[in-house]
Amino acid sequence: MNRRRFLSRLGLAATIPAASLLGACSSPPRRGAPHVVVVGGGYGGATTAKYLRMWSAGGIEVTLIERAARFISCPMSNLVLAGLRNIDELTADYERLRTRWGVRIVLDEVSHVDVSRRELRLARNGAIGFDRVVLAPGVDFLAEEVTGLAGNFERIPHAWKAGPQTELLRRQIEAMPEGGVFALHVPKSPYRCPPGPYERACLVAQYLRARKPRAKLLLLDANSEIQSKKALFAASFAGPYKDIIEYRPDSTLLSVDARTLSAELEFDRIRADVLNVVPPMRAGRLADALGVPLTNGRWIDVDWRTMAVRGLPGIHAIGDAVLAAPGMPKSGHIANQQAKLAAAAIMELLAGRTPNPVPTLLNTCYSFVDDRNAIHVATVHRYDAAQGTVLPVAGAGGLSSSASEEEGRYAEAWARNIRADMLA
Amino acid sequence: MTGKLTLAALSLLAGTAHAADPAAVDARNLAANCTPCHSADAPEPNAIPRIAGLPAAKILHRLQAFRNGEAPATVMHQIVRGYSDQELALIANHLAIPAMPASDKR
Ligand SMILES: Cc1cc2nc3c(=O)[nH]c(=O)nc-3n(C[C@H](O)[C@H](O)[C@H](O)COP(=O)(O)OP(=O)(O)OC[C@H]3O[C@@H](n4cnc5c(N)ncnc54)[C@H](O)[C@@H]3O)c2cc1C
Repeated sequence: MNRRRFLSRLGLAATIPAASLLGACSSPPRRGAPHVVVVGGGYGGATTAKYLRMWSAGGIEVTLIERAARFISCPMSNLVLAGLRNIDELTADYERLRTRWGVRIVLDEVSHVDVSRRELRLARNGAIGFDRVVLAPGVDFLAEEVTGLAGNFERIPHAWKAGPQTELLRRQIEAMPEGGVFALHVPKSPYRCPPGPYERACLVAQYLRARKPRAKLLLLDANSEIQSKKALFAASFAGPYKDIIEYRPDSTLLSVDARTLSAELEFDRIRADVLNVVPPMRAGRLADALGVPLTNGRWIDVDWRTMAVRGLPGIHAIGDAVLAAPGMPKSGHIANQQAKLAAAAIMELLAGRTPNPVPTLLNTCYSFVDDRNAIHVATVHRYDAAQGTVLPVAGAGGLSSSASEEEGRYAEAWARNIRADMLA
Repeated sequence: MTGKLTLAALSLLAGTAHAADPAAVDARNLAANCTPCHSADAPEPNAIPRIAGLPAAKILHRLQAFRNGEAPATVMHQIVRGYSDQELALIANHLAIPAMPASDKR
């Protein structure tokens, strides 16, 4: 009997004696236990690793490979730009995954996926084998799509991956002259966090109003309308930020000049004191190692019952890197839900059972419109066998009626709680 | 130490039962929709109510009240409409189970 057949016969947790589990944490994989490797320790990957260990009661060995030593949250990072949070508050480590849940943490970069040999090659530490792998690499940027942008993220920050970029953009905003111009470009959908740019516009505008008299914020959107919570953001743009934010739809960015901080749009030309370009994006470049075509050359196509990459048995993908289903945003919340979907399916598949035929996912995205008030959009998504994809459940979900301090408190709690769900 | 082991062993048994019982697996998967906000590991105090470990009947009653519009809500009334009565009952039952403690080597 080969190893694969042996593994699929293993009834998972049921066959592992309790005593061996209690001592198993953070030791190298035991022979015989299935080994799942998760690549990327963000909202998707870290949640997958924790839930595989928790739900299998330690019966599955899990290795998490992440290139960064510390997790830094994109959610709440727009508050850092407005001086309302410190980047340290958004930073966490992987210690609890290791000590509490027995996840093996490997700080390295996966450079290649060998699908047929079931092996990942690491930039520093050789290779690592797997029974199943979950890829959660997030997004990478297509700077070359905007002439003059590549190589200039120090002058023209994106701040669309939280960390040094967030702090750089914060410093630029602080150094802006009175009466200066902050220009923020939104790429064509789909991009990570549909409401994110509009939240950023509101929070930066509030800061400018308080600290930079007569400053303006140009919101240059490649799309023809606000991409999420439209009426709610429009109310803020037309209300408290009427004299600061100028929203310009259909403003595709063609080129930027890092020296003069000017930008050429399809129908216009602007100059800014701070130029913040959210670049067009795609699945993390690790996706190219799979050797399967990406949808639109950008996103990984998955089977929504298992999050398995189409055409590649044993390889799963989750999070922003995945071609989203209709009406599904690229959010940390959805990455969390896809992580659990993948973990549940992998457990059933390893045990030789059929995964849940109608997985259900939930999304709740909060956005701050100022330092206290927030708004939400919520959707429930369910697998539709006839369509072969996940669809929003009709009649469920919705938006805030208006921004409120109550939702501001929930937004803050959401950020802490989802982090606990993933890393505690 | 013995107490801790007993608890851990019990939770392993619970995990085993889950793996065998499809309804329990369904309940676990559905309840996982709730935990980004209502995590059993969420810090206290918290603006979002903690539901893990509350009596199942109490949780279900609350979910139904959201759906009937009897309980004031910002978002819960929109969310519960995505689930059937039976699913809400499964969710309530699962969230009522005490969270599974993992062996902690801190
Ligand atoms: C400003 C902003 C605000 C946001 N606000 C919200 C919000 O309020 N709510 C919400 O739900 N979402 C929000 N989001 C979206 C959220 O951040 C993403 O949807 C989420 O991070 C996606 O999770 P992921 O696991 O797919 O990717 P990530 O969280 O980006 O994780 C990917 C990880 O993979 C690692 N990695 C990549 N390639 C490799 C490799 N080859 N080897 C090893 N490691 C690798 C990376 O280092 C990274 O840690 C926001 C995003 C931004 C930019």
